Amino acid sequence: MASDAEHLQGIRERYDEQYGFSDPDNYVFRARKGLDAEIVAQISEMKNEPQWMREQRLKALEIYQSKPVPTWGPDLSGFNEDDIYFFVRPADKEGRSWEDVPEDIKRTFDRLGIPEAEQKFLAGAGAQYDSEMVYHRIRQELEDQGVIFKSIESGLREHEDLFREYFGTVIPAYDNKYAALNAAVWSGGSFIYVPPGVEIKMPLQAYFRLNTANIGQFERTLIIVDEGAFLHYVEGCTAPTYSSDSLHSGVIEIVVKRGARSRYSTIQNWSDNVYNLVTQRAMIYGDASHEWVDANLGSKLTMKYPSLYLMEPGAHGEVLSIAFAGRNQVQDAGGKAIHVAPHTTSQILSKSIAKDGGRSSYRGLLKVYPDANNSKSTVVCDALLLDEYSESDTYPYIEIEAPDVTVGHEATVSKVGDDQIFYLQSRGLSEDEANAMVVNGFLEPLTKELPMEYSIEMNRLIQLQMEGSIG
Amino acid sequence: MGAALEIRNLHVSVEDQPILKGVNLVVKQGEIHALMGPNGSGKSTLANTLMGHPAYEITGGQIIFDGVDLVEMETDERSRLGLFLAFQYPVAVPGVTVANFLRNAINARRKADDPEYKGIPIPEFRRMMIEKMDLLQMDHSFGGRYLNEGFSGGEKKRAEILQMAILQPKIAIMDETDSGLDIDALRIVSEGVQRLSGPDLGVLVITHYQRILNHIKPQFVHIMMDGQIVESGGPELALHLEEHGYDWLREKQTNGDV
Repeated sequence: MASDAEHLQGIRERYDEQYGFSDPDNYVFRARKGLDAEIVAQISEMKNEPQWMREQRLKALEIYQSKPVPTWGPDLSGFNEDDIYFFVRPADKEGRSWEDVPEDIKRTFDRLGIPEAEQKFLAGAGAQYDSEMVYHRIRQELEDQGVIFKSIESGLREHEDLFREYFGTVIPAYDNKYAALNAAVWSGGSFIYVPPGVEIKMPLQAYFRLNTANIGQFERTLIIVDEGAFLHYVEGCTAPTYSSDSLHSGVIEIVVKRGARSRYSTIQNWSDNVYNLVTQRAMIYGDASHEWVDANLGSKLTMKYPSLYLMEPGAHGEVLSIAFAGRNQVQDAGGKAIHVAPHTTSQILSKSIAKDGGRSSYRGLLKVYPDANNSKSTVVCDALLLDEYSESDTYPYIEIEAPDVTVGHEATVSKVGDDQIFYLQSRGLSEDEANAMVVNGFLEPLTKELPMEYSIEMNRLIQLQMEGSIG
Repeated sequence: MGAALEIRNLHVSVEDQPILKGVNLVVKQGEIHALMGPNGSGKSTLANTLMGHPAYEITGGQIIFDGVDLVEMETDERSRLGLFLAFQYPVAVPGVTVANFLRNAINARRKADDPEYKGIPIPEFRRMMIEKMDLLQMDHSFGGRYLNEGFSGGEKKRAEILQMAILQPKIAIMDETDSGLDIDALRIVSEGVQRLSGPDLGVLVITHYQRILNHIKPQFVHIMMDGQIVESGGPELALHLEEHGYDWLREKQTNGDV
């Protein structure tokens, strides 16, 4: 029986082979901090990319460097570019020892019922979580249907034409500073193509391929759902997930073609050293629909506004967003609905919770272009403050340029009522249990949209947050 | 025989205002008591104080339940000991279904007795819930509705009795359960309570009007005025009150006959 070390080594080798990290004999890769053209070129070289991709990366770097740090939102001055590794080979990523993992994190894992091997992995104390066996069977079923579900690198390498047709068309590098950054240094992520009419019954999970590369700082995901197809994709997990990287800047592009339907669910619970700045956008075509389900539980600062571009008549989109901000956390989340074509509909439902001085805000945009007549949009943002120290703000931007549009906007702020707690306690629930019940009830319209295991985990996690057992 | 709720010389203030000025009352399992009195007499204050509402400050006296002094005890502990309050204005808890709530309440109790308890099995819980809902002539879809949200007055009161039926307390205090109910709803609620009552349940019905007492027949009737119980008697006392109002009592007090 191979020893642990040998087993780990074996995994790393297979991993490198599978996910396309070549290591030319005569190339010496020197990891260093900061970002410049040399590093970007090295990344492209390591991945053996075609010339056009390398050029795109370098151009994106220029765009990144030319744009200023945005000041319209939370303070981003806290981290220094020169102090960050913008590219680290997955095998070189630093973990931490199990002994260094905080006790409350370990307790949370136990309470959530997470198997030991996964615990070590999530805590950053294990090299990889090898779920190869499960993944393999599912991969076969998908291949039989003509579905492509690969790493983003494999996507480029094995499906170059398809990749090139769509890559960067939903979120071009010039879109914003962090999209440009991602376009320069992206590494890891998923490439998915669902052929016309194919309905994938069970949610596809990035979790299956969860390993150090895919908990990437600069994940890039590209999903194409062809006409009449159906896909539900889930990424992340509710358990506290450690990352040694302090800056995460992901980009997710989704193309939903005529008559297709897709849903993308994210549950994020990054450790409290992480700045999480993500650009997510779906282009939705005629009679197609897309839903973003977005749960932000962790990180030091998250800025994330999943967007819907309703491109042709009959397009429909929804953003269901949950944000939980605890001590020293800022969740700046929401969504954008951009109506480009007439007879399009959108809905944004946001639930934010703040506790122990955390700051949880809704920031959203509803934009209706002049041609997008007879469109309909509803925005509901509810905030729940759990004490006097916490804050919640709402920044709704509404720009309507078409004459005949139906728009609804509701915002509420509430606190957990003493009367509610007394009522629940009078039935035998402890104060903590009562608070957790009220909070779970507040989130219920959203958590019921998550796959069951996730919503159960979510409820349990909220319970633990209420007990204050997570710092 | 059975547990008793003993209220001894209870003094309670709300925001430094004395409301209860020496209440004495004993309710035992198996007994049905009625507490009547004009508005502002302190009936609801008593109900809430017994359950441990934080806004009510006990400035003197004792509350002993099943031999245990309740005064320092948290609300949820009192509940688990077997005390129940059917609220006058049940508050809504959005997003929490009636079924989910009841299941959690049952589990909270059982876990308190046995920390290893894994939770009531769903089929057992469903059976229990359906049985009790039938008892109260409630539609089974009730379980899926969010607790008290959008409920009519009658539905709220029936939901309170449903909880009582599921949690099986030893002593139940019903705070103006009849307020806001039409004749049919009143009958259904009363029948429900009658079916639940027996040697294992003590009930304190707090009410302003006599008519509920046509359905839930008390053995003892007490009248509260200005923060004290001024008169006690049998069921005929309620009828007397119905005919003569509270004025005769006030006269009695002024004349020093109490």
